[in-house]
This record gives sequence, structure tokens and C-alpha cells, in this order.
Amino acid sequence: MRVTFEVNGEPVTADDVWPGESLLYVLRERLGLPGSKNACEQGECGSCTVYLDGVTACACLVAAGQCAGRSVRTVEGLAEAGPDGERRLAAVQEAFVEAGAVQCGFCTPGLLVQADDLLERTARAGRGVPGDPEIREALAGNLCRCTGYEKILDAVRLAAAREAGTTEGGAA
Amino acid sequence: MDFLSPSTWEEALAAKSEHPDAVPIMGGTDVMVELNFDRRRPPALLDLTRVPELTAWGPDGPHLRLGAGVCYTDVIAHLGDRAPALAQASRSVASPQIRNRGTVGGNLGGASPAGDAHPPLLATGAEVELASVRGVRRVPIREFYVGFRQTARRPDELIAAVLLPAPRGPQAFSKIGPRNAMVISVASFALALDGDARTVGTGIGSAGPTPLRAPDAERFLAERFDWDGGTPPAPADVHKFGELVAEAARPIDDVRGSAAYRRRSLAVMARRALAWTATDYREGTARCA
Repeated sequence: MRVTFEVNGEPVTADDVWPGESLLYVLRERLGLPGSKNACEQGECGSCTVYLDGVTACACLVAAGQCAGRSVRTVEGLAEAGPDGERRLAAVQEAFVEAGAVQCGFCTPGLLVQADDLLERTARAGRGVPGDPEIREALAGNLCRCTGYEKILDAVRLAAAREAGTTEGGAA
Repeated sequence: MDFLSPSTWEEALAAKSEHPDAVPIMGGTDVMVELNFDRRRPPALLDLTRVPELTAWGPDGPHLRLGAGVCYTDVIAHLGDRAPALAQASRSVASPQIRNRGTVGGNLGGASPAGDAHPPLLATGAEVELASVRGVRRVPIREFYVGFRQTARRPDELIAAVLLPAPRGPQAFSKIGPRNAMVISVASFALALDGDARTVGTGIGSAGPTPLRAPDAERFLAERFDWDGGTPPAPADVHKFGELVAEAARPIDDVRGSAAYRRRSLAVMARRALAWTATDYREGTARCA
């Protein structure tokens, strides 16, 4: 079957989609977007986390047909063009680089999307920097088998502090 | 395989009537796992995410009517006061990503004995609304689970909603697992006190072929509980309540835990749930006096 939807702001069409096929498979194998990672295929690891209509979900557990007419944002869509038209890493991505929150990198795309969602609901919403329990809860469904969680928490705290500063009008 | 995508409830019921073998899919958190791992190849998927009624909730007479497609995130965010035990159980489901997609209706449809929604629904005496082109019927939750992953739903029926009585006393949910997130329960327990009827409701998860109640424990506690609100339950009564809950379980040994561990943890959870709800009950009674 044919599925037409929006990915990272662009309309896309996937053809010959098997009705039981996941959104993750369509993104990686049919649309050339391998950022979302395929690890557990059962929602345990969070490596394939994407936004579906603005809400985070494991792309491996969404049937492709359920996305028809809907809007998906993947890790590839986090970087945005600046005033000069150059695409730059989002603040949360910069923070992961600076904090050394990446080891093998396989879990990173899912963590970035889920962390971005946390920042959207906290720092960017004027709710300030989330506390550690809230960060841990937000990332509870994202596994890092290198066990680099301390650096990941550092990165989220760093990104949150910067984004909260920006939102509240202080120095970034 | 067909992909059926009705946009109205009437279309959904017609599709299920025409294709009784079609597997309904909402959040996909169970169904997609089975497809991804080649465990199941149904002739059709019936996508219900475009049926607006399913994601609505609101009052229905004395009940709260919870559409079968309401996700756990919404139960937590909006229904903590109207469905306390269910909201507590919802908080313990998997991860944020799963709670954004998984639904109470899906839990009922799959009817895994480990489903977190079942114990609160049993303890509070919920009803399940089943619909087909033939009509609508409401099944008491206590008659809904008929065997291992088997329910009272007929092949041409869809789960439309869950009806929850307004809370008439404190409720509590407790769950055992290796960590706080992404856990399939090793055992779980829900308790609901009804201060008006002076009755007790229980629900046991992951400790039998179906979700279970503990009727002997319910009767025992209803008789022994100080409904006028003065005294905490006697330690011997608390202990006995825990034992009766453990005896009602029908657990097996499996990869998540042994039958003996499940019984033991159920007794502990039952005692704790009783302590929490009894304290809440006393404080509630004190406020009313």
C-alpha cells in the first residue's frame, strides 16, 4: 500500500508498504532516514524514538499506515537552519557533544528526541531546569548499553540550563 | 494482510463485523511487537486511531466513561482524582513513549495477566462496554476475563469504553519488578475501599492465568475494618488480609519470578496497600467530622 505523510516538515510518500510494516522500517529502509535506530523492535530500548504529531513514540511500535496524513519528526529534524541559512545542531545536540554524552552512539538519536521533548515541556515552556528525578523519569525508556548515563544526565542539565536561560531572557 | 482504517465508530463496527479476524490496533505497543517478531500474521489490522470517540472521557451517569483508546499519559494527567488506582497503575506502565501510545482498551483486548490496568479495574468494579453492529452491552469486569488471554469479547465486537464507578474511598496500587521503569510486573495488587457500601475490592495481577480477585480477603476486611474511622487495623488482621490475598493467587514459576515469590510479594503488597488506604481513610473521616 502507499502511505503519504510528513517527515521533518516535508511531504513524503512510501510505496509498496506491507500493512504490518512499522514506521521505523519505512523511515530507515524506504525514506533514507537511518537516524532512528533499530535495536529491540519491542519498545524496550527507545533507540527509535520519534515525534508523531508532536508526541514521542517508539517508531518500531507504530504501524506505517497509522501515520498516513500525520506529521513525524525524527532526530534528523532536530537541527534547524539559523539566520544565515546554515543548519546547526540543536542546543540539546550541542550539549551531548560538549558533555561527552556519546559512547557508541547507538542510543543517542532516541535520547536526543526524548530529551528534546523534556526540554519542550520544561525549560522552553518557562518551567525552568528539570530536576534529576524528572530527567530520569523522562529518559526511563531509553537504554544506553555503554551505561553512559552520568554524561547523558550532564548533557540534559546543560541543555536545560541554556534553554531556560534563553526563555527567561538571561544569558544563554 | 489488509490495513483497515475507519474514521468513524460506525465504520469501525462494520469493518469488525465484516472481518472478525481483523486485529484492532491503537497504540500498537502489544500488536506491533507480535508483528515485528513474526509471532502473528492476522489477515487484517483494524486501525482505530482515527476514531475520535475512542480517545474521549467524561461522566456517564454515576460512572466515568473512559474511551478504550485513552492513553496512559492522559489517564495520569487528567484522571488522578476520578480514577486513583488506575492512574497510579498507569504511572507504573513502561516508559513515557509507551504511555503516550498504550491504552487501557488495549490492555483489556490483549488481556495479559500482567497488564497493569487489570487490578485497579477489578478492585473498583469497573464495567467494559463492548459494541458490535448488533448492539452495545456492558460486561462487569469480574466476568470479563474468562481464561488465559481470553475475554468475554465476541469476535465481531470491539471494546468501546471502560466505565468506572466514582471513588467512594481510598484506593491503592502496588507492583513488584526489577526496576521502576520498563517493567512487566512480577506481581501486582490493587485495593479499593468503598466507605459508603462498606465493601472492599481487590485485584491481583501476574499471579494466575487471568487477573484475579481475592474474594475471601475482601469479605474478611469488610467485616474487620473500622468503617466509622477510628482505629487502625489490628496487626493480626493486616497479616491475615495479606495471607488471604496470597492464597487467592494461582501463580506459576516463570522467568520473571517463582510462584512462591509471587505469593510472598502479594502478601506484602496487600499489607502495605491496606496500611496506605486505612491511613487515607482515617484522615478522610477526620476531615469530614
